[in-house]
Amino acid sequence: MQKDIHERNSNSPSGAGGYSNATATLALAKASFRSIMRSPSAVVFTLAFPLIFILVFGFLGGGGTRIDVGITPGSDVNNPVMGMLAKTGMIRLVKDKSKAEFDKLLEKGNVDAMIDVHKKVNSAAYSVNVVYTSASRDKGGILKSVLNNIFYDKSLKPTVAEIKESTITGREYKTIDFILPGQLGFSLLSTGVFGTAFVFLSLRHTLVIKRFFATPVKRSSIVIGEGIARIGFALIGALFIILIGHFFFGFTLVHGVLTVVNMLILATLGVIVFMGFGFIISGIAKNESMVPPISNIVTLPQFLLSGTFFSIEAFPSWLQPISRALPLTYLNDAMRKVAFEGLGLWDVKFQIMILLLWGIGIYAVAVKVFKWE
Amino acid sequence: METKKAIISVKNLVKKYDDFVAVQGLSFEVYEHEIFGLLGPNGAGKTTTLEIIETLRDKTSGEIIVDGFSVDKQPQDIKQIIGVQLQAAGYYPNLNLIELIELFAGLYGANIKPMEMLEKVNLQDKAKAKYKALSGGQKQRFSIATTLINQPKIIFLDEPTTGLDPQARRNLWDLIIEIRNAGTTVVITTHYMDEAEQLCDRVAFVERGQIIALDTPDNLIDKLVSSGFERKKEVKKANLEDVFINLTGQEWRE
Repeated sequence: MQKDIHERNSNSPSGAGGYSNATATLALAKASFRSIMRSPSAVVFTLAFPLIFILVFGFLGGGGTRIDVGITPGSDVNNPVMGMLAKTGMIRLVKDKSKAEFDKLLEKGNVDAMIDVHKKVNSAAYSVNVVYTSASRDKGGILKSVLNNIFYDKSLKPTVAEIKESTITGREYKTIDFILPGQLGFSLLSTGVFGTAFVFLSLRHTLVIKRFFATPVKRSSIVIGEGIARIGFALIGALFIILIGHFFFGFTLVHGVLTVVNMLILATLGVIVFMGFGFIISGIAKNESMVPPISNIVTLPQFLLSGTFFSIEAFPSWLQPISRALPLTYLNDAMRKVAFEGLGLWDVKFQIMILLLWGIGIYAVAVKVFKWE
Repeated sequence: METKKAIISVKNLVKKYDDFVAVQGLSFEVYEHEIFGLLGPNGAGKTTTLEIIETLRDKTSGEIIVDGFSVDKQPQDIKQIIGVQLQAAGYYPNLNLIELIELFAGLYGANIKPMEMLEKVNLQDKAKAKYKALSGGQKQRFSIATTLINQPKIIFLDEPTTGLDPQARRNLWDLIIEIRNAGTTVVITTHYMDEAEQLCDRVAFVERGQIIALDTPDNLIDKLVSSGFERKKEVKKANLEDVFINLTGQEWRE
């Protein structure tokens, strides 16, 4: 039935009597935007939630991830390894405690790892022993990648030049630089998924869409108008998050305004892709109470596994392929590269391509399952 | 109704859902500038018929012409000249009445002043209110206001008075008559026969997807009376609703 109507609508001569689809689309966009701005859940999910996380992480540890690494009693202290670790700014070396004390701290996760450095016998090289704790897997993971970045293997070559070569980063990498793009990505995800799913389901159920169909408006105008409003709202939210992050927490924007513009372009792409999930959910959910559980199936795994809070390198290796399959991973990744490393959009074309592939896949499904009435 | 020019003509309309025939061979005409009533029990096919004419639903077979436009070939032209009030339809959430009217003006491409539209249905005081906060009668009047935005030739009202109190109902009748007097054809469905009798110039009775009678209310009553029908109870000069209106006052309450 709906298919027949669709055919009839598309067969009809468009714009009889000077009818303007653009006017109709803009009227819808305006209405939708007003409605979103007055919807508490949209504002909470898009702005309040990410901002709270940013505040919490922004204030935690004065802007840097801290990894407490205990130095095993008896370890060599004056060696380049310790120097490098101290220089990263992320690692706090804990000394002068007994083995028993350290064991307790390790068990509780108050110390994230233990390090033991010894000069190899008959060699200029050092041997480094690292003990991680299951009480602090995530930080252990970060330490592991820091160490991997510093060394080719666990035995450090003695020449300083070689150490410098493998330095992970020249810029100070603050927590906010990691957290903000992740929160931004999550904000876009929830705006796109929850907002779109709720709006189209409720418009369908309350017959608002049916009433629209009694006007000359086209279906494409309804979708595009709704899309413009949601993207506009998401971008305002993104800009707000970026500016607060930058001015209050020192979020790094390597090329200033250009970086912001690039981030907003990525945000637009992201929210369009995520809206596709929303269209699908609005089609398969039978009523409004089914929207949150289904939406959570989409958003929660991405929230947890897409590097929103932790680098996905910190995950166990069997989990990483799952992380690397999720679209938010690539949005987050691209955002961080653009913001912190100062890359251009062309440099993150791989991430953009994956997002586009996701978009094509999602919208192919959405076209099949979306319901107008 | 001196000029009996048909503005809607329905011929042999059939609508089948999978194994159920909702409308089976309906034919009728609606004349210009009249209030035409579709009457019948729930599930008789009234709403289906209306929605097919409104281009919201597909028909199985039959021919429908609305002001010279065919529902098959020119649905967009029909949408331009009709106003539709749906049974139990809601409106875009979180918007006030002015903003909703603006939205519809955009959807119709109509250049109107939202406040004037609200004045037409006496809702100017509620301009900043949300649709949900309106009373039943106000909601229906607002719905009617949205049908008038594109200055339609025909408006369709699907059970506009269901659930309203007597005052609100009479108030709505006055509004509908006003709209008709301004030159708009009105097609209305209702369950209330007193309403049809007072309001409609002609009515069609629909039963199981077929029209079983079509005439002016007067003629239909006369026909029944001349067949020897008598009410069991002698009719008094007033009924209980008259008592209600008399006791509680004629004026409209919000």
